[in-house]
Amino acid sequence: MSTTTSNIVLHPGTPIKIAILAMGGQGGGVLADWIVEMAEAAGWWAQTTSVPGVAQRTGATIYYLELLPESAARAAGKPPTLAMMPTPGDVDLVVAAELMEAGRAMQRGLVAPDRTTLITSSHRSFAVGEKAALGNGIADPNKVIDAGREAAKRLMCFDLQEMAEKAGSVISASLFGAIAGSGALPFERAAFEDTIRHSGKGVDASLRAFALGFDAAAAAPASPAPIDTSRPAPEVPERAASPATQALLDRVKRDFPASAHGMLVAGLRRLIDFQDLAYATEYLDRMDKIRALDAQHGGDTAAWALTGAMAHRLAVAMSYDDVIRVADLKTRGSRFERVRKEVGAKADQLVYTTEFMHPRLEEICGTLPAGLGRWLEQSKGIGGFVKRRMEHGRRVQTGTLKWFLALYLLSGMRRFRRSTLRHQIEFAGIEQWVKRVTAAVSADYALAVEIAHCRRLVKGYSGTHARSGDRFARLMEAADRLLGQADAAPTLARLREAALADEEGRQLEIQMGQVIRGLTNPTSGFERKAA
Amino acid sequence: MAERSFKKEVQQLRIPAGEEFRGEGILAITKALLQSGVGYVGGYQGSPISHLMDVLADANEILEELDVHFETSASEATAAAMLAASVMYPIRGAVTWKSTVGTNVASDALANLASGGVTGGALIIIGEDYGEGSSIMQERSHAFAMKSQMWLLDPRPNLESIVQSVEDGFELSEASNTPVMLQVRIRSCHVHGRFITKENKRPRYTLKQALENPVRDTTRIVLPPASFTHEHEKIQQRWPAAVKFIREKKLNEFFDGDYKDIGLILQGGLYNGVIRALQLLGLADSYGNSRIPMYVMNVTYPVIDEEVIEFCNGKRAVLLLEEGQPDYIEQNLHAILRKAGVTTHLSGKDVLPMAGEYTTAAMKTGLEAFLKTWQADCLATHEAVAADEVAATAVATMEAAAPKAKPAAVPITFHPKVKDLANVVPARPAGFCVGCPERPIFAAMKLAQQDLGPHHVSCDIGCHLFSILPPFNLGATTMGYGLGAASSSAFNVKTGKRSISVMGDGGFWHNGLTSGIANAVFNKNDGVIVIVDNYYSSATGGQDIPSSRADNPDRSTKNPIEHAIRGAGVKWVRTIDRTYDVARVRDTLEEALTTTTDGPKVIIAQSECMLNKQRRIKPLFTKAVKSGQRAVKERFGVDADVCTGDHACIRLSGCPSLSVKDSGDPLKEDPVAHVDSGCVGCGNCGEVAEAAVLCPSFYRADIIHNPTGGDRFMAKIRKAVIGFLQRRRAERQARFAL
Repeated sequence: MSTTTSNIVLHPGTPIKIAILAMGGQGGGVLADWIVEMAEAAGWWAQTTSVPGVAQRTGATIYYLELLPESAARAAGKPPTLAMMPTPGDVDLVVAAELMEAGRAMQRGLVAPDRTTLITSSHRSFAVGEKAALGNGIADPNKVIDAGREAAKRLMCFDLQEMAEKAGSVISASLFGAIAGSGALPFERAAFEDTIRHSGKGVDASLRAFALGFDAAAAAPASPAPIDTSRPAPEVPERAASPATQALLDRVKRDFPASAHGMLVAGLRRLIDFQDLAYATEYLDRMDKIRALDAQHGGDTAAWALTGAMAHRLAVAMSYDDVIRVADLKTRGSRFERVRKEVGAKADQLVYTTEFMHPRLEEICGTLPAGLGRWLEQSKGIGGFVKRRMEHGRRVQTGTLKWFLALYLLSGMRRFRRSTLRHQIEFAGIEQWVKRVTAAVSADYALAVEIAHCRRLVKGYSGTHARSGDRFARLMEAADRLLGQADAAPTLARLREAALADEEGRQLEIQMGQVIRGLTNPTSGFERKAA
Repeated sequence: MAERSFKKEVQQLRIPAGEEFRGEGILAITKALLQSGVGYVGGYQGSPISHLMDVLADANEILEELDVHFETSASEATAAAMLAASVMYPIRGAVTWKSTVGTNVASDALANLASGGVTGGALIIIGEDYGEGSSIMQERSHAFAMKSQMWLLDPRPNLESIVQSVEDGFELSEASNTPVMLQVRIRSCHVHGRFITKENKRPRYTLKQALENPVRDTTRIVLPPASFTHEHEKIQQRWPAAVKFIREKKLNEFFDGDYKDIGLILQGGLYNGVIRALQLLGLADSYGNSRIPMYVMNVTYPVIDEEVIEFCNGKRAVLLLEEGQPDYIEQNLHAILRKAGVTTHLSGKDVLPMAGEYTTAAMKTGLEAFLKTWQADCLATHEAVAADEVAATAVATMEAAAPKAKPAAVPITFHPKVKDLANVVPARPAGFCVGCPERPIFAAMKLAQQDLGPHHVSCDIGCHLFSILPPFNLGATTMGYGLGAASSSAFNVKTGKRSISVMGDGGFWHNGLTSGIANAVFNKNDGVIVIVDNYYSSATGGQDIPSSRADNPDRSTKNPIEHAIRGAGVKWVRTIDRTYDVARVRDTLEEALTTTTDGPKVIIAQSECMLNKQRRIKPLFTKAVKSGQRAVKERFGVDADVCTGDHACIRLSGCPSLSVKDSGDPLKEDPVAHVDSGCVGCGNCGEVAEAAVLCPSFYRADIIHNPTGGDRFMAKIRKAVIGFLQRRRAERQARFAL
């Protein structure tokens, strides 16, 4: 039988429990040590543990702390027995040094609505999976913030990385400031700052970062605002910056639906920059036809989707990346300035850039007049000779006169661009594609729009460009087969996503297979393996 | 020189007796060794005890003052064999390593040591790499203690107890002539705590004395007939002696409670977690006072039958909390109770997880289940966690208002929005650091396979094992430290394709030279072996090894791997002294895979671990710049307007500082590549872009600090010409601005 007469006295005193989630090299350990030092200086019992292991190599790590007033321990007459790891639902303060790590904390149940203050930096350090995507693989930050609003008692979210950089310090300092400003810990600001002073390394910068973090937290709204992930729409100027382009702007405003104005202006800008005014005018002429076509097939009821899509994709298609373009972009004054800024060069420092170029026979021929280029490509002897002489990595020092002049002259060849082989090849492709769109629109408007968007796949240089071109070709095959099918448009859209799913094109081939099996009379062409 | 320096911390090893020590677990263990009068220390680095080795290395001066010999053993086997010094001589010796992997390597020597027995105390400090944060297979070191009959200590995870158990360990070892294993869990190694120090002691018998007065006794040597006698000694003398010592010295602890007819039996290492779990059930406070009686096994092998029976007598039921599997202790307790005819019900892995780490949450669930069956009322009275309610008010009266600890009723992880995070929060696999010299090796391997098709790749233990993760996805197996080449020895058949094995310099010196290289030569293996020589044992924290380039006053470094390999008889050796030359690495790999030469093809790919290199050169660079010298810093960048956002470069690199950002161009919806400020200018991205013929977006920027007069003169001329042309073009552009 159980006895209930208690000879065991349970003493008061519950530790404050803190979890810090950081990535290797973010200084999570420093932050944990600061808190321990501060707490011990203020007469608290402090314990910290961590499981660095391989995580210290760029992975994610959790540092766990427990703080208990020594007065409480004295009253109990025993040193405290503190836990070595956080318990889900039993953490008072969770600090995340990166937004997705805050998400991870919630997944682990460390954040509880009835008690947890969650302080997270809003900045993103993208995981390799996000970066390696062929298209855009970046996770939606607002999903984390939304969850945080529900999961935490108090959620604080602001860019502590930016604050640290602004102060010339590291994020551990601005995080420390945010903790102080949040009031989640029973210590005065001075106690925090003294701790930093004692550390004795980069004190002033750390204190600046601390102050920024402190103020942000002290002034933090009850619930953080969502992060704006929308891409700014290109603005349409009242008047063109130069009389020469005013005519084009007028045409855009007069002849085109307002919804397309932004893209058209962006397109015109790109093509003037890429070639010249005439080239931009040619673009607008082509768009006139598209707009007319769009109108015929009820574009006005479809928010002019086709005009919008073509305004975007045609501009990109016409401004293909050739050697001339690269030479042009690399030699611009604005670029020289941008590089200085990006590498944070001071006024008294000199900056020279080295480009890594690897011209292939294709690029060389592409830059020649069509006839000559073709001949060279075909000619075994000379072609091979050029291949051997030219086709190897080049370290181009754009800052030196020799190389600058070389690139400058190359970029000057834009005036001959229309006669180059590359231009012919690109335009043959564009014509075909536009023809497809035109052919599709009468039967299936939505499909036409999707066909237009498929151009998104065509990008990159050399091998990458070849691969993306091949994917595009596959999608065009699919488009032809799908024409007339009920759900042609969504199917093609799905295939386009699949084309961006993996480098080897496995997903695309798998889904192509499924689609074709779904169709009535499959053609062997679709059973081909990925290129 | 290791990645983390403890030069400052080790001064704590000098603090006089009776003062309070505050610091990390590993530092406390080192202090405990000195307080126990240890004569020699050895070991092999590896998480979680890497830092213990670093502390000892940084404390070498203090150790020498006390006549304590410390050495970084070539392997755990070496370290274990080192304990031979305690067989005939009354010298206390301690060794340490990562377990179970290290204990696997050491077990030959350990079995011999345990058979003959020891005179001086022999302590084996094993960092039990189990549970969250572990980098190895999940096993228990417990089995090694059982098979060789060495005693296993698993103290409560507070510095006081850990330090005490080091001293107890030595005494127990001497009292029972048996080596003792002291198990410290991952978190205990890194826990920050405090304890009251004792005086550091010099060894009472020194290695010097031993060498000058050699002793031998063939009955201590594992050779018939002695080997048969040893087994009987273990059972007839050493075991009883150990039990006697453990009982008399009260190494295991009994804690009283209110509910006297139930109880908990637990491994010392789980103590803090069990207390927290009980606290969350309202049955304990923050100071270890528990309403349920506890028997804490600070010695988990041998199990002391009398103590178990004593504790169980008069109890209806007890719960055993034993982490990991197999459930050796539970089986043992069942046998003890049955033999003694004790009817107390024994619960254990019926209510607790059979496998996996015993987190506080897991133990709380188990305890709840156990108590529901045997003492439901103790739960009922505490749904609101009485202790914490008291605590909150009590603490509130103190200047600091501590929040109350209430376990969440429904775990928030069930909230739909939190559940959805599963599709949002990306995995963050550990990977190569910024500028890591191993990255280009695997980028080159990827390119070589693009040319010659996929090959079988055998991996090894070390940073290079990150090659199995995205973006490289290279490697089929890993069979243990230094065993990369050995693990492809079966593929010793003539075909169109050869096996590729990877081995680090750490693994090479640990055993790879014999198990991999010599084996391949001897068996005429035709495969390709890539040895990654990054000047350190990097994965374990950048410790020096024989081929390190550093000047180390206490060690002999700069012993080239190539000499060792040629000595072992390898004919085809290529040394690449700059791994960042991706094209060269690729071509060398392709040559190795296609050459007609027989026998192993060994490629030594050398470049310094960037983590350590930066720590070495950063201060020098800053100093040079400060003193006004001309210095060039290299950084890489991407021209956003040239990049098309395909990210092929990232798929071949995965460098943390190579990231993506919005293009800022309305016509370019995909993010473009971007090099952040973390870049150390290693050059990998440019080399990859070039070798793989990707794109011309990358540039290297040479930033010249303190340019000379000549520099400035040239810059002036260039600026004049280039500037003029750039302005001319900009003006024409401006005329057509929209």
